[in-house]
Amino acid sequence: MPQIFKPAANYIARASLILGLLAPLIIGYGVAAITRSPANTKVQVPINQPIPFSHQHHTWELGIDCRYCHTSVEVSAEAGFPSTETCMSCHSQIWTNSPLLEPIRKSFETGTPIKWNKVNKVPEFVYFNHSIHITRGINCNTCHGPMQQQHITYKGNAFQMQWCLQCHRAPERYVYADEKNPHMSPRQQVFNLYWKYQAGDELTAREHKILGGEYGGSDGADEKKAGKELLAKYGVKVQQLADCAVCHH
Amino acid sequence: MAKETLNEDLITGQQTYVSLDNTIGSMVLDGKRHKKNWYVMLGIAFMLLNGFMLAVGWLLYQGVGVWGNNVPTGWAFDIINFVWWIGIGHAGTLISAILLLVRQQWRNSINRFAEAMTLFAVLCAAQYPLLHTGRPWVAAYWLMPYPNIMGLWPQFRSPLIWDVFAVTTYALVSILFWFVGLIPDLATLRDKSTNKIGQKIFGFLSLGWRGSMKHWHRYEQAYLLLAGLSTPLVLSVHTIVSYDFAMSIVPGWNVTVFPPYFVAGAVFAGFAMVLLIGLPLRAWYGLKDMITMKHIDWMCKIMLATGLIVFYGYFLEVFYAYYSANPAEISLAEWRFYGPYSPAYWALIICNGIIPQLLWVPKFRRNLPLVFIVCLFISVGMWLERFVIIPMSLMKNYLPASDRFYYPTIVDFTMFFGTIGLFFFMMWLFIRFLPVINMFEMKDLLFKQNLKKEKEAEEKQEAGVH
Repeated sequence: MPQIFKPAANYIARASLILGLLAPLIIGYGVAAITRSPANTKVQVPINQPIPFSHQHHTWELGIDCRYCHTSVEVSAEAGFPSTETCMSCHSQIWTNSPLLEPIRKSFETGTPIKWNKVNKVPEFVYFNHSIHITRGINCNTCHGPMQQQHITYKGNAFQMQWCLQCHRAPERYVYADEKNPHMSPRQQVFNLYWKYQAGDELTAREHKILGGEYGGSDGADEKKAGKELLAKYGVKVQQLADCAVCHH
Repeated sequence: MAKETLNEDLITGQQTYVSLDNTIGSMVLDGKRHKKNWYVMLGIAFMLLNGFMLAVGWLLYQGVGVWGNNVPTGWAFDIINFVWWIGIGHAGTLISAILLLVRQQWRNSINRFAEAMTLFAVLCAAQYPLLHTGRPWVAAYWLMPYPNIMGLWPQFRSPLIWDVFAVTTYALVSILFWFVGLIPDLATLRDKSTNKIGQKIFGFLSLGWRGSMKHWHRYEQAYLLLAGLSTPLVLSVHTIVSYDFAMSIVPGWNVTVFPPYFVAGAVFAGFAMVLLIGLPLRAWYGLKDMITMKHIDWMCKIMLATGLIVFYGYFLEVFYAYYSANPAEISLAEWRFYGPYSPAYWALIICNGIIPQLLWVPKFRRNLPLVFIVCLFISVGMWLERFVIIPMSLMKNYLPASDRFYYPTIVDFTMFFGTIGLFFFMMWLFIRFLPVINMFEMKDLLFKQNLKKEKEAEEKQEAGVH
């Protein structure tokens, strides 16, 4: 009987043995990497909007408070998008002829709201509430990234559950209060940080990190202890914070 | 049909190495050996399989509401069928691993198709827990622990996650064991095959086997190692399946006899299935010289022994109920005796407790149609056992207010018969495309048998001289 396979088959067999062992690892790692990469999460990928609105210009250069536009952030689940009237409160006076603002004027005339493209969203089975996070002193930038530096708005974090749980399982690593202003409520602390930054006050390393949107929790024993005290003061029920029903109802 | 008598040897008739090779090998190489029976069986199985596909399609489209499952009966046909199939899958590894380690040579002619049976039974079993989740495409992170983006891990304290590991390990080791055992036979088929495609496929699958001393040495080592690995699995898999129930506090489940009684039940059901497939196989393909009356006799005895353990388990369940003096346990036992589903309970006692007692009688063990019917009863009985344990216990609980009756739906039945279709479809394809009996082990057995006979003849001669 002639040979069924050519001698090269031996090498192919050996190579396929090695590849067969490596393939699950490579595929597994590849899928995991893609899932976490901006290609999937869209983190730091600017999303085009009908009007090239710049957060940097409005909040940092002009010093407008977050709540001027996101009016319901302290009291509601949704932070809220500004109505056309909110934009027009200034833009009926300044840049009235700017071609970039044409959609705003048109919207104002026709009464049709502008369709902003959503940058941050969580799935429908996640019941995220802005107000509770603000009233427990979690700064906007902790989740949304450095808002005062964003021209075209992008996602600051992936909002994958693993990421939420970092804080929900150990909130003492994240909860923050300005020691110089102990009388302030946690809600005031959130926005006071921006004002301090505007005024050019001296900021701690942690405050810089929060503003830079790169604060990932502190592991120092003192900070954790202070965090635990704050949690007790704010009445955060840590033992139930990571329960399924907290976010999934 | 002439009654076959019990034989002395494990290979009967005038068999030679060539005739063994031809009888078994030609089932793969010569399509003409497969007569009408094969096509009819494959056709029936294929139709049932299509029913399964339709039922699964409807299930995925509609959700698990198309099943009869309700609250509190969250487990019903899905888990009954899972446990039933896993149980059937047990005989394969028992035959191939444990009987190998204890040097029972009669395993050689039944281990191949029993192992194939194991694989297909595990395949059928695996359908259920996945579909039972309702969304099998996200079952990965429900079942397997891996660092996912949700930061979630399965509950390691739950027997359900132990079950995932037990069953996947079992499936993996069984596939390896089966495939390693096939290699020398695949090489034989490669050499005997007359067409190019057959040669290529069998050549590829036989991994360059040339039958050298080195190859045989390594083969024996690998096979023995795998046997050692799979032996504890025979006991562990169904033990852990029984933990799914016994670890809970549901009345009727929280019984310590569950693990041994489940393992015995699995072997019981597994051997019944081996015979249900083996008996027609030997009749249709002329394998009576290899799967002999002795094999059938021994398998019947194993069924009898394991059946008695199972029957003892049923007694103990009732004993525990009353001995516990727990009102919930007692009312559950009486719900089994007198409740609306009591016919299922009594049918179970008849199928698994009474009918297998026929196998005490040697004459009945040699009556093949009767053995076949007993095996059918055992298969039904084992299914009823899981029906009694699972939905019948869940329907009635501690809180009478939450009791609710359970009715299976047409989709439940279609899926159940569908997996039977899947099982036989795979089994019949296996019979067509791979050697159903281990060819080289049969030749080895024939060699040893001839050697023994020569020795005996010599001794006789010597005795005659003196």
